[in-house]
Amino acid sequence: MSQTPTTRSIFRDGLWGNNAALVQLLGLCPLLAVTTTAVAGLGLGIATLLVVTASSVVVSLIRNIVPQDVRIPVFILVIAAFVTIVELVVAAWLHDLYRTLGLFLPLIVTNCAILARAEAFASRQPVGPAALDGIATGTGFAAVLIVLGALRELIGRGTLLDGAEQLFGPAAAGWTVELVDGDVFLLAILPPGAFIGLALLLAIKNRIDDRHGR
Amino acid sequence: MTLPVSLRAGGILALFVGIGLAAVALVHEQTREQIATAERQVVLDRLAAVLPDGHDNAPEDQVYERPNPLDHATPLRIYPAYAEDTYLGAAVEVETPEGYAGTIRLLIGIDADGEIIGVRTVAHRETPGLGDAIETARSDWMYGFDGRALGDPPEDDWHVRQDGGAFDGITGATITARAVVDAVRAVLIDYTAEPEAYRGVEHAEDATAIDPQADGHSDEGPTG
Repeated sequence: MSQTPTTRSIFRDGLWGNNAALVQLLGLCPLLAVTTTAVAGLGLGIATLLVVTASSVVVSLIRNIVPQDVRIPVFILVIAAFVTIVELVVAAWLHDLYRTLGLFLPLIVTNCAILARAEAFASRQPVGPAALDGIATGTGFAAVLIVLGALRELIGRGTLLDGAEQLFGPAAAGWTVELVDGDVFLLAILPPGAFIGLALLLAIKNRIDDRHGR
Repeated sequence: MTLPVSLRAGGILALFVGIGLAAVALVHEQTREQIATAERQVVLDRLAAVLPDGHDNAPEDQVYERPNPLDHATPLRIYPAYAEDTYLGAAVEVETPEGYAGTIRLLIGIDADGEIIGVRTVAHRETPGLGDAIETARSDWMYGFDGRALGDPPEDDWHVRQDGGAFDGITGATITARAVVDAVRAVLIDYTAEPEAYRGVEHAEDATAIDPQADGHSDEGPTG
């Protein structure tokens, strides 16, 4: 992959064609665990987006000074440093969200989607495309988190945007849309619901791809 | 002269370790106060749930510290509650090192007779989906302490069922449940042995008054 892809193809791949969650099926652990609400999905999505973009930029910047033998440990170090920084910042200024996401925030380190982008793309490309690729990959991943979170929240609890104040401050407390009172279809917010929901999204995506004849 | 490849690689790896550490340390320094403030706010939010009904003082302003009955350096924080100067009970913030993933901080409300009003988790890093059942938002397990006291169940039964006690464990998180039950028991034993020490800083011999405006636990020793 010595040739630099165009911005357009970077975004098409990151968001759809090669989506980290829906096509590569990477990073499923946080994806499935956190998406009980749309807001939690959005929170982890933004955190992941920040980490993947920042680490892609740094990995691209240092790609020529890091020897092949130690590149994976160095990439992991870069990713871990950014994850810790994001975790501290979220703990300081978005504390409720920090408590909701719990251990999954530090676990972004183990999201193989990020290391995969560092290794497969950022370590072979100039900074500009690497940054764009990080943004595209992170956005694609975040979009799946949000959609899956919204889907499960809607089916499981009959609400949407519950807990928006965790991310957007007290003013957002009224954003919650309550469609049905009480739990609706509890399975959706339990772990099996995560797998079923993801399978649904996969099926929908494949169907759309088939329709357009790829 | 060129260095052997492995040495050069090791040097570069070490360099990045240094840079990474420096960056994280810098951010840690910048966010420390804000994080402590946010954690303090969590405690204040939980206080209402565990303090006795009808108190007319501001327990968070009369907070003081006392040595932890668990074998742990972080002292207890005691928030005494009164109604017209009559002692009603106290909220006790205790940190236990026995969690599955590091320390767990609990807030235990005890009334004047030594009966538990409620127990809430303030901070923990237990496994999501298993150990986080100690959060009332995720499971009702914590409510199992409501109304209990050192004689109910008898002191010998103040253990999780896996240890031959009377308290249900948490499926898949025995260590977490044990840490919480053991911490609550230790505080109750201390409370029963020295009830005076929980009635306010002026009654407690080994208590340390702390500035309620000061943020966070006094990691650097008692604050004046």
